[in-house]
Amino acid sequence: MKTLAFSKRCAKEILRDPLNVFFGLGFPLVLLFLLSAIQANIPVKLFEIERLAPGIAVFGLSFMTLFSATLVSKDRESSFLQRLYTAPLKPANFILGYMLPLLPIAIGQSAFCFLAAIFLGLPVTVNIIFAFFMIIPVAVFYVALGLLCGSVLNVKQVGGICGALLTNLSAWLSGVWFDLELVGGAFKKAADFLPFLHAVELERAAINGNFSEIFPHIVFVSGYAVLVAACSVILFLKQMKNQ
Amino acid sequence: MEAIKTIGLTKKYKDLIAVDNLNLEVGHGELFSLLGINGAGKTTTIKMLSCLIKSTSGDAFIEGNSIIKDGLKVKGIIGVSPQETAVAPNLSVKENLEFICEIHGFSKEKKAEKIEELSKQLGLENILHKKAGKLSGGLQRRLSIAMALISEPSVLFLDEPTLGLDVIARSELWDIINGLKGRTTVILTTHYMEEAESLSDRIGIMKNGKLLAVGTAQELIKMTASKSFEDAFISIVKGEKK
Repeated sequence: MKTLAFSKRCAKEILRDPLNVFFGLGFPLVLLFLLSAIQANIPVKLFEIERLAPGIAVFGLSFMTLFSATLVSKDRESSFLQRLYTAPLKPANFILGYMLPLLPIAIGQSAFCFLAAIFLGLPVTVNIIFAFFMIIPVAVFYVALGLLCGSVLNVKQVGGICGALLTNLSAWLSGVWFDLELVGGAFKKAADFLPFLHAVELERAAINGNFSEIFPHIVFVSGYAVLVAACSVILFLKQMKNQ
Repeated sequence: MEAIKTIGLTKKYKDLIAVDNLNLEVGHGELFSLLGINGAGKTTTIKMLSCLIKSTSGDAFIEGNSIIKDGLKVKGIIGVSPQETAVAPNLSVKENLEFICEIHGFSKEKKAEKIEELSKQLGLENILHKKAGKLSGGLQRRLSIAMALISEPSVLFLDEPTLGLDVIARSELWDIINGLKGRTTVILTTHYMEEAESLSDRIGIMKNGKLLAVGTAQELIKMTASKSFEDAFISIVKGEKK
């Protein structure tokens, strides 16, 4: 009940910010339509809707990190969290309260993205449902990363690191915008090591029904999700103690 | 049993002693002010009493519950209005109050009843549907106090409640705080002399983490043979230096 109350409050704070709605929902859709328009005029394999839609769905989730990190750091800076630390709430109420509302928002965002993709020619198959399930560990990763960043960074730093750096890293190292094989070298190795490319490949495999290709990407993404979630819990508890 | 009792409460940060061996008793329904210049240890004391930070040594009891052993119980019977206004900006005034009721586990009926009562008591009835972030500083501070009061706390901590407010907003808040006397035990920190003198049943004067003197404003004036409370405060704080 207490977690639910806290989740409700967090969801309202996020969804009532027009900038969040634009970047969370509008921006990925704009990209999807724009790149599809380019694809219609100059066909590129990378921007075919079956490859583009999963990539945009994953890229859109990088904004979940920005939302959750901004909320946590704002709460810390405004003393709102300090007030709540004097209320009969347990650490689990806070951690779940921050993370839970963002998961349906993330899944909803992916749903909009795939709906738009259907409008742009993505075949309607049962694979879209599988892609939804596969997006869950990706969403957990991005949301947990937000809790982690919000626990250690101030609002200004969150804007720079989660708003600019992470969204760019998430874009460049995911293979959505260009073929990473063409770059090769350390760049490709970094992309292979980080979860962004694996998240996109996982979604591409699911939406295209290539279930044998889900591995090893799902292992990478789930591993990162668990690791980042564990680190975020530790760092959140640490800052809670420091209050 | 006192509402608050501290026994040798101490907080050290490396070389700095923020609160030094604080021994204090506050009665039920009493409005007790902690007065001191910046860095005196007032906020650190409140943070320890509200279980926000752990004491280095000593203990304190809120309605008989140890802040060290029974933290969750203590949190269930206190209300805190922090120094900075701590409200959820994108939530309306009503939603902020509802949220606090929900985290205290109030039923739907009790929630509605408390919101009606508190919004009347603190003059928030006409702004219940306004976003908290859009309110003036004075109204945000009122909401902050309402959020601290809505859980029906036995002990209310008000940390510099009128800091940065204009004269009118301050006067209105004084009326509200005065109205709590006798019903709720209030610990108020301030560095405004007139605020402590006007509102408090008793005043504790702190400096460098130490409680230098405790008494009513008149007792402190008499104790120092001063003409005014401000002179008494200066005399006590400077006297410690000698």
